[in-house]
Amino acid sequence: MNMILPTASISATPNGTTRPQVRIVIVGHVDHGKSTLVGRLLHETGSLPDGKLEMLKAVSARRGMPFEWSFLLDALQTERDQGITIDTTQIRFRTRSRDVVLIDAPGHAEFLRNMITGASQADGAVLIIDALEGVRSQTRRHGYLLHLLGVKQVAVVVNKMDRVDFSADRFKEISEEITAHLIGLGVTPTAVVPISARDGDGVAEHTPRIEWYKGPTVVEALDALEPARPLAELPLRLPVQAIYKFDDRRIVAGRVESGSLKAGDEIVIMPTGKIAKIKTVESWPVTPVNGPQGAGRSVGITLDRELFLERGDIIGHAGQSPRDTRRIRARIFWLHDKPLTKGEQILIRLGTKESRATVVAIEKAVDPGALSNEENTAIARNHVGEIDVSLAQPVATDPYTDNPRTGRLVIEVNGRIAGGGLVLSVDAGRPAVPVDIVPVESALRPDERSARYHHNGAVIWLTGLPGSGKSTLARALERRLFGNGGSPILLDGDTFRAGLNSDLGFSPQDRAENIRRLAEVATHLARNGHIAIVAAVSPSATDRAAARRIADSAFREIYVATPAEVCETRDPKGHYAKARSGGLPSFTGITNDYQPPTGNELTIDTSNRSVTEATDEIERMLATTGILFDELTDLAANI
Amino acid sequence: MHLLDNESAAAGTRSAALGKASSVPGISAAQPPSMDHLDELEAQSIYILREAFARLKKLALLWSLGKDSNVMIWLARKAFFGRVPFPALHVDTGKKFPEMYAFRDRFGKEWDLDLRVEPCPPIDSVDPTLPPAARSAARKTEGLKLALNKYGFDGLIAGIRRDEEATRAKERVFSPRGTEGEWDVRDQPPEFWDHFNASPPQGAHLRIHPILHWTEADIWAYTKREGIPIIPLYLAKDGKRYRSLGDQDITNPVASTASNIDEILAELDATKIPERAGRALDHETEDAFERLRVAGYL
Repeated sequence: MNMILPTASISATPNGTTRPQVRIVIVGHVDHGKSTLVGRLLHETGSLPDGKLEMLKAVSARRGMPFEWSFLLDALQTERDQGITIDTTQIRFRTRSRDVVLIDAPGHAEFLRNMITGASQADGAVLIIDALEGVRSQTRRHGYLLHLLGVKQVAVVVNKMDRVDFSADRFKEISEEITAHLIGLGVTPTAVVPISARDGDGVAEHTPRIEWYKGPTVVEALDALEPARPLAELPLRLPVQAIYKFDDRRIVAGRVESGSLKAGDEIVIMPTGKIAKIKTVESWPVTPVNGPQGAGRSVGITLDRELFLERGDIIGHAGQSPRDTRRIRARIFWLHDKPLTKGEQILIRLGTKESRATVVAIEKAVDPGALSNEENTAIARNHVGEIDVSLAQPVATDPYTDNPRTGRLVIEVNGRIAGGGLVLSVDAGRPAVPVDIVPVESALRPDERSARYHHNGAVIWLTGLPGSGKSTLARALERRLFGNGGSPILLDGDTFRAGLNSDLGFSPQDRAENIRRLAEVATHLARNGHIAIVAAVSPSATDRAAARRIADSAFREIYVATPAEVCETRDPKGHYAKARSGGLPSFTGITNDYQPPTGNELTIDTSNRSVTEATDEIERMLATTGILFDELTDLAANI
Repeated sequence: MHLLDNESAAAGTRSAALGKASSVPGISAAQPPSMDHLDELEAQSIYILREAFARLKKLALLWSLGKDSNVMIWLARKAFFGRVPFPALHVDTGKKFPEMYAFRDRFGKEWDLDLRVEPCPPIDSVDPTLPPAARSAARKTEGLKLALNKYGFDGLIAGIRRDEEATRAKERVFSPRGTEGEWDVRDQPPEFWDHFNASPPQGAHLRIHPILHWTEADIWAYTKREGIPIIPLYLAKDGKRYRSLGDQDITNPVASTASNIDEILAELDATKIPERAGRALDHETEDAFERLRVAGYL
């Protein structure tokens, strides 16, 4: 509907091309008067087109109803027949300072998807509350959703004041309740306005019936809401929409979501981390364009080199790129009939990227309309919650707090949008753990194994400097346990590096991953009743702590605390000599980067005892900590 | 910040801000030009057109020859750097104004469009319970169905706007249609943050509305700024002009003296008469337009 105010009271800048335009959504509980307020606003500001008032009178009379403002926006037959708004709609009018696009959103819980569709386009919101009914479930739910949708400017309107005899006390009561609720969501209301939309009190003018109220009218409150600004101050984010090769140019197309770009900029393409320079910024009909292109522009760029990139990648500036991850935590709202449960396969859309994903955890699943905060294990329709998702492919993204445009996602089920929300955190480097993998249980019971081996499963972790004697001790222990009928298995760090871990180097990240893999394999063996003996320098206390978390109660840490000088004189693999001559730059031993353990089960210095004595000590420790049994007396006799 | 010693405080502040921005190598220090209202509309429409092209397999753009679909073609040429990479479909009732056919034949060539003209079936193939003007307009829906069956399009780009008419105000940017082209207005999917539902079921199609968020005044202001050609029927002749162009027999001119776009804009700024007032089919019964749209009309 094109409804344009006569120019009498307004400076005649034609048609909103220079005046600020602000988009405002009207939300609130069903029947609290959203559509009526919109109708009244248009009437009070003289924005109704010719013949509209007469049409509304006729439409109302045909249904045997008193004059109904809401029929203006409730254009669908079913809406008029049932007297409720089903879908979101938009209408325009002008105030003194700006062009307003009013978005009317349905208040009925059944049509929450339509409320979200409308509210997501808004710069600000008016939350309407019936003075008689007070704050209701949809009032709270809409308040919460405004917060999730990123609508931060909210004016509250307390409607139907005529039904409570324009009581200042009743207004104060509702005002305090809703203000506290919104502040709890991080939203401070810009105004709380008492009105009667049906009669017009407080909409465009103050009336004597509400003489105790000195704040703004609805029109004045709308005038105070600001249009959202593009994110010019944040680092560049250009999600790639497509790569076009219509002619000899290879144009990367997309919309600048934040920051700006220009020819010559050094860029990084995430999640792959490839680097290039922008050669030209292309346009039509005039090309190329010089100078920077800012947030909000749809652009096309060419790069200085041929490299593979695809729809869904995000271009940023070198040093300020988004994160790459396969795991995301998000706070979402859910719109699908079937509740979202742990383990579910979904499609995630982040900007122009889409990826299959698995829900690995659900927390804080609540009904934002309810007063209680009872938590559920699944997120029901129209409810909210936090989810951890594991993505089938790496994606580039930002936490919402870093970038509200690239830090939000939608969820699709069967090709239809089913929910959406904000990226709370991005877990870089933690690999995906799909929950749809169902481990096959062993056919044997733990007690069957321990009856045969006379021991429980364990991870014996020997840590210490190169040359400290870890491997020697490990081999002796292996022989001893095997001789007693046990099932020891040696996991040597260097042996693993030759095979399973051959893709890893010696950076801190690679060392951590090396330790994680060792710990996982050892723990698997321990769970199946074996004693896994790990001999690995494992210099980082953090990495060893991670290994202990993986193996849990089966973990026994032994610090082979042979003095460094002794280790260097032994130098069984020739590493110290090589490192001294500069051939092993990250060799632990001469760089003093070894972090000795503190909470270890046993410490052994091999410089002052024999291998047999040391092995005995380990055996005793294993007996006293519940790994070895039965043989204890025999062992004691042998010493 | 030694510059502060030599320059005014204002200049110092500016260079401090620039210093911060340029701390990362390769990032521009100059501020990008700010976007006005038309820039914002244009960028959003280009984004939508590119999303449609990326996500659908067989697109067509519905070219009604009017001011809105001409803007849409212009936006498509901007989005795809000069060429429209899908067919322009004209569903022809055979009852358009001669000026409109002349425009089509000239600019179809000049703009290098892949033009497909689909004639509409005769009037007796259309629902006889509709009022006369609506029934005439419904021929277009039937013509559209024929074209869909013939070419197998899964996406039709249409130049409707929210401010034209109340049921259009409730539209989605990507709007799913049933296998018969029908619009299920009770069950529109959610659409937010420029994420669109772009997976039509087998045999169904999507309507894509890249200028849904524009107004009549926006269309004229942009047409003027970009120098997009228009059909002269939009300009006043003998005290009348057409605000909206449809079939000759069901479209009426409005009283106007606007002989150029600036005068049209000034007129729109003052009027309280809706754009489609001259379209007979909108006003026959309360629900005529909704019934047409549910059945697949634009």
